[in-house]
Amino acid sequence: MSETRENGIGAAVRRKEDNRFLTGEGRYLDDINLHNQAYACFVRSPHAHARINGIDKSEAESAEGVIAVFTGEDLAADGIGGLICGWGITSKNGEPHKAPPHPALAQGKVRYVGDHVAIVIAETPEQAKSAADLVDVDYEELPPVVNIADALAPGAPQIHDEAPGNECYDWEIGDKAATDEAFAKASHVTRLEIVNNRLVPNPMEPRAALADYDPGTDMLTLYTTSQNPHVARLILSAFVGLAPEHKLRVIAPDVGGGFGSKIFVYAEETVVAWAARKIRRPVKWTCERTEAFLCDAHGRDHVTTAELALDDEGHFLGLRVSTKANLGAYLSTFSTAVPTYLYATLLNGQYKMGAIYAEVQAGFTNTAPVDAYRGAGRPEATYVVERIVERAARDLNIPPEEIRKRNFIPPDAFPYETPVIMTYDSGNYQLAMDKANELIDRAGFPARRAESEARGKLRGLGYAAYIEACGIAPSAAVGSLGAGVGLWESAQVRFNPTGSVTIHTGSHSHGQGHETTFAQIVSDRLGIPIENIDVIHGDTGTVPFGMGTYGSRSLAVGGSALMKAVDKIVEKGKKIAAHLMEAAVEDVEHNNGVFSVAGTDKQVTMAEVAFAAYVPHNYPEDLEPGLDETAFYDPLNFTFPAGTHIAEVEVDPQTGKVDIVNWVAVDDFGNIINPMIVEGQVHGGIAQGIGQALLENTVYDAETGQLLTASYMDYTMPRADDLPSFNVETTNTPCPHNPLGVKGCGEAGAIAAPAALMNAITDALGVEIDMPATPEKVWRAAQSAQARAAE
Amino acid sequence: MPTVTMTVNGKQVSADIDPRTLLADFIRVNLDLTGTHIGCDTSQCGACTILVNGDAVKSCTMLAVQADGAEVTTIEGLAENGEMHPMQAAFKEHHGLQCGFCTPGMVMSAIDLVKRHPNPDEATIREELDGNICRCTGYHNIVKAVKAAADATGG
Repeated sequence: MSETRENGIGAAVRRKEDNRFLTGEGRYLDDINLHNQAYACFVRSPHAHARINGIDKSEAESAEGVIAVFTGEDLAADGIGGLICGWGITSKNGEPHKAPPHPALAQGKVRYVGDHVAIVIAETPEQAKSAADLVDVDYEELPPVVNIADALAPGAPQIHDEAPGNECYDWEIGDKAATDEAFAKASHVTRLEIVNNRLVPNPMEPRAALADYDPGTDMLTLYTTSQNPHVARLILSAFVGLAPEHKLRVIAPDVGGGFGSKIFVYAEETVVAWAARKIRRPVKWTCERTEAFLCDAHGRDHVTTAELALDDEGHFLGLRVSTKANLGAYLSTFSTAVPTYLYATLLNGQYKMGAIYAEVQAGFTNTAPVDAYRGAGRPEATYVVERIVERAARDLNIPPEEIRKRNFIPPDAFPYETPVIMTYDSGNYQLAMDKANELIDRAGFPARRAESEARGKLRGLGYAAYIEACGIAPSAAVGSLGAGVGLWESAQVRFNPTGSVTIHTGSHSHGQGHETTFAQIVSDRLGIPIENIDVIHGDTGTVPFGMGTYGSRSLAVGGSALMKAVDKIVEKGKKIAAHLMEAAVEDVEHNNGVFSVAGTDKQVTMAEVAFAAYVPHNYPEDLEPGLDETAFYDPLNFTFPAGTHIAEVEVDPQTGKVDIVNWVAVDDFGNIINPMIVEGQVHGGIAQGIGQALLENTVYDAETGQLLTASYMDYTMPRADDLPSFNVETTNTPCPHNPLGVKGCGEAGAIAAPAALMNAITDALGVEIDMPATPEKVWRAAQSAQARAAE
Repeated sequence: MPTVTMTVNGKQVSADIDPRTLLADFIRVNLDLTGTHIGCDTSQCGACTILVNGDAVKSCTMLAVQADGAEVTTIEGLAENGEMHPMQAAFKEHHGLQCGFCTPGMVMSAIDLVKRHPNPDEATIREELDGNICRCTGYHNIVKAVKAAADATGG
């Protein structure tokens, strides 16, 4: 990878997929229509918690255009199972986590506003929606509980019979005794109470499903907005029981963003697929935005107490963390893993942390299910570590960059085993910090602060030196931790006789640019012009089984599978080339699509080899025709992207408005295939992190359990004028254990940004506040700080 | 059922429609121009932005009957002779899109912006795009793209 080839690895190739997206020719789910399709609308619970004493669907059934109305009884009668959670967590006491039933349509009870009660199918969307209002559900309201602390307190309303006290699990990790010992000998302890606010992922394309049953082949096809169509097929087949796996085809076409929320198997897609076979017509459902707020899996929602033990020089002796995690009303597909193995295993940060002990109590509430959202556990961990480190620096009067420097794992200490089961593979944390300090002009900050002060403004600087575990994940490792699946990836490189290439990948692009990045890898390695390479994904009918895209895994795992397939192509190609050049295989060398015989001028191109493979008139006797190789790659370890983000803010104490005046991000993603795409991923991640810290919050009314932030009128999405431009750079310590040396870049921004921004705001204010730092909250804090100063 | 007639991407179209039909639905369902996207229920996200008589309009805020006689341009009507409009080209060049769902509306708003502010600074671009939500890009590259397109078209 020393030189960058045109359109090869390292080049900022403009995206192949953009042509269709920019001209209106993308095919998102709602753009697809099938002959004779009917439309579905879901009847949803208006109550947060209620018993269903009866459902009268007669009026709806006789409404104009209505084809069918189904309830949970109908699903049960057909033997359709509930939705599952695919990761088992073992509590401190050795018991498995509580896994109450999660019926796709309610059975006797509803547990959050928006819970699915019935499906109405009609000739038009309007008719379905009108008729849904006519389904008469006899609800007996029960008291709801929406906050996790309340739900886990004695006497809280009981949500599931199977989960006494609303507890799902009470889990721990780390060494309690060693941590207690560290605290006993500490000269200073910093303590922090932290709320990690609940977020709604909000990809701009709402979820949708379109199902079609073909009685001739007994094939059920589900078009759905999925980040992982094979995983959806596996769950819908093996656990829900919709159809045998080979009789179920799941297609995820162009998908308009996911951020985690389209990983999961939801009630709507499940019921729509079942109903299409039931009524023998295609059924389409498109989510409205308010439905998305109510029913898409939410993210975060932790309440944490953290304590950091330090010696008098600011070295980190121990970290103690106690977190309560809100999982919502039911367990979403990977919900249990997020506040445990994706969270507490990253509490070590970038530091030599003497000892760590973390406990997580997760429970049920009358709110939408909570699962992975961009970063999934790792933003929560970074927020705990980087807030408390910054707080400790202030307590001990050590500059924040200095306290980090004293504790960073040094570059020669890798592989580095943490007290919370991770083995970091590579990194150079001080390098990223130094570069970030230079870019933000750390030295000039005091002068800038004084200048702000002269204008009556408060200036603050905040750091986040984050680490994440990406490239999810080694199958044996996650299996031992409770995962129900393996987390390898597949790739297929299929040469066509004329020398063009079709790549199939089991990962899935919903904005990340696989069609370009994956083509770059093959172009670079096999010398095929990028315009002659197509990348196909998202269809279980055509693509080898793959695990999909989440956890910044596509390139580290899917790209590695692609490299393995490329290697197989080269290996076979050498045999064919040797035959064509009448040379011994061991004398054939390959470089960028040209096979040559060492020490001669003989050479054949990849295109000639491909042609010979498909028209094998002159071909090795013992070799199969064709040039089409599939590979599976199971990673040896997670990858550990890390870096430093610094936010600089100016706060107006008169209005509480926070201006982000500068943002520097220095990330180590290992090797980079397409720097343009990587930068874009970082920008988007930072924007979502800033959204969490400054604007976004999901609010349920504590009395009624109603979602008060269920539209863009109430839930503050970051808009162009809320955000600055970002100063984004990288460092590179290549990943030592995958063939591309890549680490993953999709989540870094969302992981680093909240801590960096809140550290900057609290630096400016001199007092702690929780996210989101709305003008009201900031104004109140500024007023109280000024009042205190005046005393 | 009222009949509406309008010119969409240079072609006259006419249909009998339910009077409550939104212009966004008319474009997507009746005309099968699915490049215009629907991302919310409250006219907040801007994914359905089109040009009506040259002005950017969120097509979910208008009834189709209100566009009777109008000149409508959707994302499908921007390219000429297979050449992308300079705004489309700038979005590609500066990676101003990721998942692509907000993109048609964003491009339409940006065209209207540059028409009104031929030489916009960053603050103006950000303020003017306030009606279009993008969840992927953090707007950084969208702002760059709009600026570049404005410069390229002689702003």
